[in-house]
Amino acid sequence: MAELQLKSVEKTYGSGFKAVHGIDLTVQEGEFMVLVGPSGCAKSTTLRMIAGLETITGGEIRIGDRVVNDIVPGKRGIAMVFQNYALYPHMKVKNNLSFGLRLKRRPKAEIHDATQDVSKVLEIEELLDRLPKQLSGGQAQRVAVGRALIKHPEVFLFDEPLSNLDAKLRAYMRVRITDLHKRLKAEGRPATVVYVTHDQVEAMTMGDRICVMREGHIMQVADPVTLYERPANAFVAGFIGMPEMNLVDAVLMTNQVPHITIGDQTIRVDEGLGERLSETTGPVKFGIRPQHLEVCPPGTENALSGTVTTVEFLGHEINLHIGIHGQIFVAVVPSDHLTAIPKRGDAVALKPVGHRIHLFDRYSEQNISLAGL
Amino acid sequence: MTASFDLNPQKLLATSEPATAMEIKLRRRSRISSAMRYSVLLIFGLIMLYPLIWLIGASFKTNSEIFASPSFWPKDPTLSGYIKGWETSTPYTFGRFFWNTFLIITPKVIGTAISCTLVAYGFARFDFPGKRILFMTVIATLLLPNVVTRIPQYLLFRDIGWLDSFLPLWVPSAVAGDAFFVFMLIQFLRAIPRDMEEAARVDGANTLQTLIYIVVPMLMPAIVSVCLFQFMWTMNDFLGPLIYLSSIDKYPVSLALKLSIDTTEAFDWNQILAMSVLALAPSLTVFFIAQKYFIEGISTGGVKG
Repeated sequence: MAELQLKSVEKTYGSGFKAVHGIDLTVQEGEFMVLVGPSGCAKSTTLRMIAGLETITGGEIRIGDRVVNDIVPGKRGIAMVFQNYALYPHMKVKNNLSFGLRLKRRPKAEIHDATQDVSKVLEIEELLDRLPKQLSGGQAQRVAVGRALIKHPEVFLFDEPLSNLDAKLRAYMRVRITDLHKRLKAEGRPATVVYVTHDQVEAMTMGDRICVMREGHIMQVADPVTLYERPANAFVAGFIGMPEMNLVDAVLMTNQVPHITIGDQTIRVDEGLGERLSETTGPVKFGIRPQHLEVCPPGTENALSGTVTTVEFLGHEINLHIGIHGQIFVAVVPSDHLTAIPKRGDAVALKPVGHRIHLFDRYSEQNISLAGL
Repeated sequence: MTASFDLNPQKLLATSEPATAMEIKLRRRSRISSAMRYSVLLIFGLIMLYPLIWLIGASFKTNSEIFASPSFWPKDPTLSGYIKGWETSTPYTFGRFFWNTFLIITPKVIGTAISCTLVAYGFARFDFPGKRILFMTVIATLLLPNVVTRIPQYLLFRDIGWLDSFLPLWVPSAVAGDAFFVFMLIQFLRAIPRDMEEAARVDGANTLQTLIYIVVPMLMPAIVSVCLFQFMWTMNDFLGPLIYLSSIDKYPVSLALKLSIDTTEAFDWNQILAMSVLALAPSLTVFFIAQKYFIEGISTGGVKG
């Protein structure tokens, strides 16, 4: 197992399109790093560059103490699990698993033992003599993981491996993969993992750390809690969390009593935050997670009043869409907190939980409410 | 048959009752309609196949009977056509001509399969300087009529000193000279996702290993088709051997058949027909064997996901 380092890695295609803009990222030995971002953010390209399937046009990739820029994929000490499994359709499962070892001309006994070992870990022993087309999605997925595992690589690369599975199986496989990672760590052979996904649930539940990407730039690298609690910028704030964080234009006034004005309504800012931002006054982006908005009767002090526009009943909770000055706020309310479910057109007030407010610079979109923390 | 009942609303109303007059009528009608369909198919099938059936029948007839009766069943079947035809009027038996055909076809088919796969793999999977122009050139030769290149090719092979040898017949094909096959394989390769090849590269395979262990097995149905086409076209090729071969001992079957027409004043049609039947046999056999494999190849080559 080894550390993986990306130093100012760039990718410019022949057409002149720059997909990756000099990213720096270090994945610690044994760490589970998730690359997440919307479509086209170059997360898969980055993974493919680490694998060596894509050339890099600038910077340096290190696996352990080797620079691997010009080393072929097979010699980088990596193993990869592909989105559509990429099992060799004409080979039985056991031959799929052992293909890499057979290419290296390992002794037959060793290949046999390794195949047995991996198939036991992944519970695919009874599938060894089947062809890939005779496997279900979940089974094929496990074989694909097995094919990576058998090589004892220094770095595991996963390219959206669960996106072809149905929701239930995806949740199951998610747990299986994280369990496997923990088990390998416990057995003293920790696996360095880079896992690409566009699904933030996967990212949040699986990653030791998460790297959020956007258009070939890294927006933030942090553990799931930090990412959720202290997003570095408005993009990360909006991307992580379900439903999305409410982000609206506002004006911050820090002279006298620090307060925020949204439309013609004003709310006071937490004292601590007000002190830290005493230097800043002017237009900002105001952000608050739907879970951190308290729904109060209209006229409540220090709250924003508005009208319910949509009610989404989800069983355990209700998503309320509330229009305030033409901007829609979403508030998530646990259903047993409400005596009566609000209706469309009801007047309500929204009270943000003071210390959960995020303020972003209107132009750079950086989270200014983190200043001084 | 049941399909036509289900369309009838009356049937839906009276499911458990015994067959009504209407039902019996419908059942009879559907029987008549399928009988008619099969008769039409059978008649057209027979019309298509009749020349072949007649050929086989006539090869067992005596020379005089061939033109006397249009029926394909010989009155007194005889093997003399086969025996005399095999001996031929030359110092060589037909076995020699079959052997010559074999000597042309084998390197040609194997060479085509290998070279076209390599070239198609290159075009389909790699970027290299001048790829577009080279590919356009390949496609351009596809559009070029064969006749146009006959004379320059003849002069070329004459200067190399390959006339009256098998080399001009198979060497061009064995170095991917048949643009059609290259094109066919490229199209097939384009439909195969690259993930398996990338997985193989991650598994440590080099380009050639990836081609041999991963691409070729997936490409097998297409390669079999290429071999099949090449086999049949070469078996039937008359012009090529006619131009390049001059010694009778090097004639392939296609030329040898013509030979028996040339050299005898009164044609022994039953001998010609008998040898034609034999000449058809390899093509048919190979076709049926390969057809089975071809279908298997398609069903196992499918990629799920």
